[in-house]
Amino acid sequence: MSTASRTLRVCALYPDLMNIYADRGNLLVIERRCVWRGIPFQLTSCGLSEPLDADAHDLFYLGGGQDRDQVLCTEDLLATKRDALHAAAARGAIVLGICGGYQLLGRSYELSPGEQIAGVGLLDVRTVREDGPRLIGNVAIEVTLDGEKAVLAGFENHGGRTRLGVDQAPLGRVLRGYGNDGHSGFEGARSGNTIGTYLHGPLLPKNVWFADWLIATALGLDRQELLPLDDTLEREAHESARIAAHA
Amino acid sequence: MSGPLGPKLAIARAVGALSRLRGGGATSVPGKVLTRLEPDAIGLLGARLSRGSVLISATNGKTTTAAMLASILKRAGLPLVHNRAGANMAGGIASTLLAAAHGRAGIDGELGLFEVDEFWLAQLVAQLRPRAILLGNLFRDQLDRYGELETIAERWAKTLQENPGRDARLVLNADDPMVADLGRARADAEGSANRSAADVVYFGVDDNSLALPHMAHAADAKHCRNCGAPYSFDAVYLGHLGHYRCPSCGQARPAPIVRATDVHLEGVRAARFMLHTPAGAAEVALPLPGLYNVYNALAAAALAYALDVSLETIVAGLQNTRAAFGRAETVTLSATEPGGETVERELRILLVKNPAGANEVLRTLALEPGEHDLLGVLNDNTADGRDVSWVWDADFELLAGRVRRATCSGTRAAELAVRLKYAGVELARIEVQPELATALSMALGGREEEEEEEEEEGTAGGAPAPGPRAPLYALPTYTAMLALRDLLAERGVTGSALT
Repeated sequence: MSTASRTLRVCALYPDLMNIYADRGNLLVIERRCVWRGIPFQLTSCGLSEPLDADAHDLFYLGGGQDRDQVLCTEDLLATKRDALHAAAARGAIVLGICGGYQLLGRSYELSPGEQIAGVGLLDVRTVREDGPRLIGNVAIEVTLDGEKAVLAGFENHGGRTRLGVDQAPLGRVLRGYGNDGHSGFEGARSGNTIGTYLHGPLLPKNVWFADWLIATALGLDRQELLPLDDTLEREAHESARIAAHA
Repeated sequence: MSGPLGPKLAIARAVGALSRLRGGGATSVPGKVLTRLEPDAIGLLGARLSRGSVLISATNGKTTTAAMLASILKRAGLPLVHNRAGANMAGGIASTLLAAAHGRAGIDGELGLFEVDEFWLAQLVAQLRPRAILLGNLFRDQLDRYGELETIAERWAKTLQENPGRDARLVLNADDPMVADLGRARADAEGSANRSAADVVYFGVDDNSLALPHMAHAADAKHCRNCGAPYSFDAVYLGHLGHYRCPSCGQARPAPIVRATDVHLEGVRAARFMLHTPAGAAEVALPLPGLYNVYNALAAAALAYALDVSLETIVAGLQNTRAAFGRAETVTLSATEPGGETVERELRILLVKNPAGANEVLRTLALEPGEHDLLGVLNDNTADGRDVSWVWDADFELLAGRVRRATCSGTRAAELAVRLKYAGVELARIEVQPELATALSMALGGREEEEEEEEEEGTAGGAPAPGPRAPLYALPTYTAMLALRDLLAERGVTGSALT
């Protein structure tokens, strides 16, 4: 058991704009699970036009927003935060993008037919528009982290279809639901500790094992080194999310 | 469409009767059949109303606002055709009209009072050609079904600019920037056949003692619809409702002519405020709780004012409003104590379905002193929204430290339990029972239904046994509220017992 109590430093990017699918639930789960274990926790927010310090945080969080806000944030990301995010990812910090945040971490995002905006480019993915309905519903995927297979369950709701570049690894394999584009069978993208996914709902309260993986990885620990918690309710919530997805 | 309407009405009625016989309770069935036989049935039947129709839409408060208006308008002597059961899409409204229609051109009622789902406003405006449209608020709600707020605002704006929407008198909430902005185009509207349509009736709250210290987390509409710059708020009352202005283009909250001042919130039971209209001012003692119901009352008063109802009648109507279906309804139940003794227990049903609505319910509950027993029921059926993420946007933190016992039920019971745990409710006070009937008995105090194993594990922390006579607060989502009412009916508690 680790007694090291290095502070977990989380930076929420645009928390007042990119929060449409209850993103604060994800941040709350990370915070409480640190506090319950005696791990000091620090949450900083970084908004429009504010500079981003690549070395001041262990985990960078980017949620989803309404289209208008998403455009504002993309322009700002490219203008004031892109280099810092690349530097942070290069030194192994976690960069987690969910839903709209995932799209913005990619190379490009098509707002409306023909209207493309550039993304941060941390993940080799492109999000395009296609005819057809929004991809909405409960979803479950299988991921392999540190050689172990595990399931993430959540909810997806996206109009964009995300395509992986040839060498880009997905986050997981779709068990039930649509995933990146509704037909490839892949969901999300992962390059080192930069992770993008469409799973919200929010993601971490339904998958606390993944919250713990993020906490441990951000602190440079092994998940087994974290103090175990009573996760009875959390396991039930995970099960009910899987049942909702029929997985 | 060919063919006379009469036979189609008869067929739709017969199918509706058959569906009820077979146990289908859906009030929208006959209306759906009718609109399939005659796509313009709503328009044709609506045209029989001698005083036309008024429509009410909003994310939150539609049913209660319509109930308040019905109370006012009945006092004003206006016979109504009103979809009071909350069936607010085309099928439900067609059913309501069908039930009132008779003969070749008759209808029981003079004025149509219809609450309308946000998504269906355009179609129902086109068919009913309403004389007035009341738009109350736009909050984040069921993103899987409704999409983004701005999408709905755009649809509404289009509906109000086109024929026949542009001829309707508009009644708008001045305190909701997205809703108030819909009136901007009216000031310079051209070509409207109805000159009074240019005069928007705005309503709003003027009481700085209510201002919140900061905007709720899940607030939306923070940016000016006119120019995109962030609004500056002088006061935030509820979600993103308040006094705002755009520092960039100068767009600001319009001055309302129907206003509430001196608002006093009296726990989960009531609220008082001074109502101001151009006709004068009067105190209103509202038998419903919370600032959200003050907003509903203002909305109803503003529409009644636009229909030339006297201030006296408006006040009397508001004061005699009864709680609508599952909205602050109270029933008395008998509960069995651990000793086998039977006691009476009050159950208060407070519908929660989206962050803004839930926050107001939680804020209102927090006004009541002491610790509370809660029965939270989280369903994820289509009518609730399949996506339960909204519970993480609702401020359950308001109740941390104020929960004696929380029984979590519904299809996503465990998710709600996790939400409460992370909001700061002690683990030992939280119980999970997805099955509603069992959960209701547990929450009411029927401890014998718990298994011993749970007794050991779940309550090892010593959750105090609930007191016999403190009320139980049920916080159900929409389909959970319907299921709860069915359960109460089985127990012999019917609508007539509602206060």
